[in-house]
Amino acid sequence: MLEDKDRIFTNLYGFEGADLESARRRGNWDGTKKILELGPEAIVDIMKKSGLRGRGGAGFPTGLKWSFMPKQIDPARPHYLVINADESEPGTCKDRDILRNDPHTLVEGALVASFAMRAHVAYIYVRGEFIREREALQRAVDEAYAARLIGKDNVHGWPFDLYVHHGAGAYICGEETALLESLEGKKGQPRLKPPFPANMGLYGCPTTVNNVESIAVSPTILRRGAEWFAGIGRPNNTGTKVFCISGHVNKPCNVEEAMGIPLKELIEKHAGGVRGGWDNLLAVIPGGASVPLIPKAVCDGVLMDFDSLKAAQTGLGTAAVIVMDKSTDIVKAIQRLSYFYKHESCGQCTPCREGTGWMWRVMSRLQQGRAAVEEIDLLQEVTKQVEGHTICALGDAAAWPIQGLIRHFRPELERRIREYGTKQAAE
Amino acid sequence: MSARRLHEEQPASFAFSEENRARVNQWIAKFPPGRQRSAVISALWIGQEQEGWVTKPMIEEVAKILDMPYIRVLEVATFYTMFHLAPVGKHHVQVCTTTPCWLRGSDDVVKACKKHISDKPHTVSADGEFSWEEVECLGACVNAPMVLINSDPYEDLTGEKTEEILEAIRRGETPKPGSQIGRHSSEPEGGPTTLLATLKDKV
Repeated sequence: MLEDKDRIFTNLYGFEGADLESARRRGNWDGTKKILELGPEAIVDIMKKSGLRGRGGAGFPTGLKWSFMPKQIDPARPHYLVINADESEPGTCKDRDILRNDPHTLVEGALVASFAMRAHVAYIYVRGEFIREREALQRAVDEAYAARLIGKDNVHGWPFDLYVHHGAGAYICGEETALLESLEGKKGQPRLKPPFPANMGLYGCPTTVNNVESIAVSPTILRRGAEWFAGIGRPNNTGTKVFCISGHVNKPCNVEEAMGIPLKELIEKHAGGVRGGWDNLLAVIPGGASVPLIPKAVCDGVLMDFDSLKAAQTGLGTAAVIVMDKSTDIVKAIQRLSYFYKHESCGQCTPCREGTGWMWRVMSRLQQGRAAVEEIDLLQEVTKQVEGHTICALGDAAAWPIQGLIRHFRPELERRIREYGTKQAAE
Repeated sequence: MSARRLHEEQPASFAFSEENRARVNQWIAKFPPGRQRSAVISALWIGQEQEGWVTKPMIEEVAKILDMPYIRVLEVATFYTMFHLAPVGKHHVQVCTTTPCWLRGSDDVVKACKKHISDKPHTVSADGEFSWEEVECLGACVNAPMVLINSDPYEDLTGEKTEEILEAIRRGETPKPGSQIGRHSSEPEGGPTTLLATLKDKV
């Protein structure tokens, strides 16, 4: 188990103040100037060596992403850092705690990351529903300006403006290019890549989009060193991670733990165990709504990191663990996610716009058993036609939960169909 | 995606109050010159705060202020689901019913809203005080089930607790937002399992 001294978000729960003075007592803004004196190349190098992989879901190496930004600034094309606080993946509520309780980790990270990528301006895009969280973040930004920690003429010598922006209810804006479209004042519809944001991002300028947690951990990594961070977890899956444990556990919670902690240990140590005991577990969605579920047999031994979950045909995603006990109508649980993707599809690509609605309707019938057994294969086939055939990953995200259900709970689907058929015949 | 249209009955005009117009200007100033349309979501948001919902004259006014074609603002107003395209109650209740909330009993929260507000969502209650709707994940999953009433989240709910909160608001009270079972925030119920050294005199 991770020790408290190795936790980055020491005010995750907000038992202490979120204000600057309290943040300083916790070690934020300590020696920030010294970090900047390392220079952009050295900072990117440390981030690479730390092994930090993006915390927004895809797990792309953060240092490598930062290195894609041009090394020279073209005066006509300023660099931007955009921080993705559009936290909307069902099951995920980690960035919320950073925004409201530990916002100075993020503000300091924004300065350091912007410096490393030669950006003088950063935007933080907060989902519209996080109204109180946005207010808390804005207070932290205002404090940092007032203390001249950031701003055009700040004590760190790198002119830097940080703006808090917000959405108004659209899951898709968590996709980085949709977020940029939204930030430009348009509908949040993802862009084709390439060109990638590092070349053509916000306003056509070089831009990097990072998750809140990825940026917020960076100052601590730079203070304590790449070796420290890389020493936690396993190779290729390093560091600490904020996990969100929701659903049928005795004590749902957020907790910062070491990457690679066994799923069972995570649930039993921090979330008070599965309701009714471990043997009452049916399945877990380990990484937010978009990843396939895993049944209890897999949960018994799986580790909570990118590689272990990938080997189990699922993913770490945002590390949002949704626990379902044996009382769960598992088909309804996934059907509700299908509705979510139908609702949140931006409508741009036909396979997703039409496919999400189609899959939801079939899932609704399967929930009741009002279907033919062959339709399970047809549904599987349609998920494959949506997956990989859309501009962004929302199509994939809509397909995977259904694929996971069919992979692990096909007998349950068939049982419902038989039962419905028998009932119909009897009537 | 959800099909959203403007309301059939529209007011004749819209103008930002002086104070709100200044707020819109502050948002415009966050963006580089010529990029004022980046402020469109914020401008509509401020307009909605002022009027309670997004009206056609408001969309026209925002288009004028931000130098955007009307259709581009209309697209934004209809795309983002937090913009109310019809009047809502003084207290609008967003009920999260996505899987993590559903697993912990959001059906009962919906029932409470049906009983205390109106049988159908997006319908203003007879006294004009309330309206409700089902929404997708509000991002407080470890405090499920939860609702957002205007700007404030109410978490760790039950059907009963939801009724109590709605009744209290109806009486003109302001129930304490956040967890309704005494949790401070997202820590496990009964106290955190981590950060104990730093918290020992606070919990």
